[in-house]
Amino acid sequence: MGVVTVDLKMLNVWVEGLIRGGRVFGVQAKNNRFQFAPLLMAANLRLDYDVTVIPPKKYMQPAREDLLTFEGAAGFETCLDQEPFILIGVHPYDVAAIAQMDAVFSGDNVDVHYMTRRKQATVVACDVQAASANVFAGCMGTATVDKGFDILLTRVGDHYVVDSRTHKGEVILGNLVKAPKADAVSLARREQVWEDNRKYLRKHELRMAPETLPTLLEASCDHPVWEEKSQRCFSCGSCNMVCPTCYCFDVRDDVRWDLKGGARVRDWDGCMLRDFATVAGGHNFRKNRADRYRHRYYRKGKYMPAKIGHISCVGCGRCISACVTKIANPVEVYNRLLEVR
Amino acid sequence: MAQTRSSQEKDIYRPEPATLAKVQPVTEMESFFELRLDSGKELGHMPGQFVEVSVAGIGEAPFGVSSSPTRQGSFHLLLRRVGNVSSALHRLKAGDKVGIRGPFGKPFPVDDAMKGQDILFISGGIGLVPVRSVIQYVFDHRRDYGAVTILFGTKSPADRLFVDETDEWKRQPDTVYLESVDRADASWKGNVGVITTLMPKITIDPVRTVAVICGPPIMYKFVLMELNKMGVPSERSYVSLERHMKCGVGKCGHCQINGLYACQDGPVFRYSDLIPVREAFR
Repeated sequence: MGVVTVDLKMLNVWVEGLIRGGRVFGVQAKNNRFQFAPLLMAANLRLDYDVTVIPPKKYMQPAREDLLTFEGAAGFETCLDQEPFILIGVHPYDVAAIAQMDAVFSGDNVDVHYMTRRKQATVVACDVQAASANVFAGCMGTATVDKGFDILLTRVGDHYVVDSRTHKGEVILGNLVKAPKADAVSLARREQVWEDNRKYLRKHELRMAPETLPTLLEASCDHPVWEEKSQRCFSCGSCNMVCPTCYCFDVRDDVRWDLKGGARVRDWDGCMLRDFATVAGGHNFRKNRADRYRHRYYRKGKYMPAKIGHISCVGCGRCISACVTKIANPVEVYNRLLEVR
Repeated sequence: MAQTRSSQEKDIYRPEPATLAKVQPVTEMESFFELRLDSGKELGHMPGQFVEVSVAGIGEAPFGVSSSPTRQGSFHLLLRRVGNVSSALHRLKAGDKVGIRGPFGKPFPVDDAMKGQDILFISGGIGLVPVRSVIQYVFDHRRDYGAVTILFGTKSPADRLFVDETDEWKRQPDTVYLESVDRADASWKGNVGVITTLMPKITIDPVRTVAVICGPPIMYKFVLMELNKMGVPSERSYVSLERHMKCGVGKCGHCQINGLYACQDGPVFRYSDLIPVREAFR
């Protein structure tokens, strides 16, 4: 598995080839922002993007998916999406998030729906070229990654360093195998990109090592920040929806027009939504906004680390941008916990 | 996107077919259901575990199993008509098909911490439903346990559940069965008041007793306070907590109690383990 350099024209030709070969999703401009969407021509690919509105988790865990179909009263059948696809342009923080979701859905009870899609995915990552307004991946150790992708693209000057790390990566490299091997200068420049990204993808500065968060949170249940911030929370769930490590879901039955069958459907859900913890009969086990607000930060900083061994925040900053009332900045919240009450 | 079907890999969300063997109204709001898996296999549960019941087209919901695994051939549910799925189940009749996933969750420690001990059962309303599974299990292994005390509280005499069976419980050896209603009617001659008013009426050896508790959220606080006064250590009290255990397999997030998942770490918890868990009783 080699590291090669390609110029922009060659990269374009390669992407055109991938598009002809199958399903490709890539980062593209939409109005004045960016999104992952089906890539129809290489010219639309925007590897110079800052951040996408919705993370690429939507290809492994779609916002809405059929889990099962049913005919009549019983007879549930599993639906699986088994068509291979390529994701192009995944930033390192999103690569880290996908690795966390893999741990969640492959751990104890394997979720065959997620894992089937995941196995079909070839991830072409791309180092960040433009910092978004609220990125803080540099503080979370996710500004760069060395695993979790199949190919890593890094722009150095007027060409890209293409680094294939897996069999899946090799399979889609095609003609790029014959591209010139990356020389010492290109590799050194890539090293510089990594160093810069670790240094500059810090629009907000976390004043602690992320690993210390579980301990900090342990002692912060009654900190006034939960009440203060949540007073302005609309419980809209935007922070949940744009988060690359939020995976909570709702399941419901969707009946076909003839009323004889239908599908059991899974949708994204969010712990900040008012009725997330409500049971039949109407009792809501987390009815206060402050409790829901705290739950989200505890989940990211304490509960998930206990479950999968990582802080479940990768510093993408999407929640900060999505929050209407500007209360969802995790760095602000966690820094505030360091202050004396 | 192309959807293809596969039965090769195990799908944790796919229910297996079961048939309602019996559906019987019990109170105005509650009905009793007897079910059999179409595979002919036993459910394979332990007392305190729950199943996810599917009514195709309506959805799926978690319910505690009400019968003991010692009573083979079928299993029991008793449901209050409050949600979409429980209401749909009330419209079904014997012979109708449903889907079942499970059993899920941690059971009451019938074969370890409870063995050889006196058992105090405290249930309010439909909290008796999962507790009945434990009671049956204990009576079916009667020599493995000491004295049995059963306290059952309901809103009114008409809300009492398993009335024929509770009459049998009274006649079991070394067993005390007491019940109370919040509001009496003309026919009621028994105790009136919340369930804690029964607690001063019983005599237990607090360090030989294991308490099994299930009821509405409000009940736990007062019952646990009373047990504390009686000297029952928190390590010897077990509660079954209600949450929306939507997926049953620790994924969907709905049943989380702080860092715990009711569907995997519970629904049965040792009270002492919950003391630092602030979302447990609310």
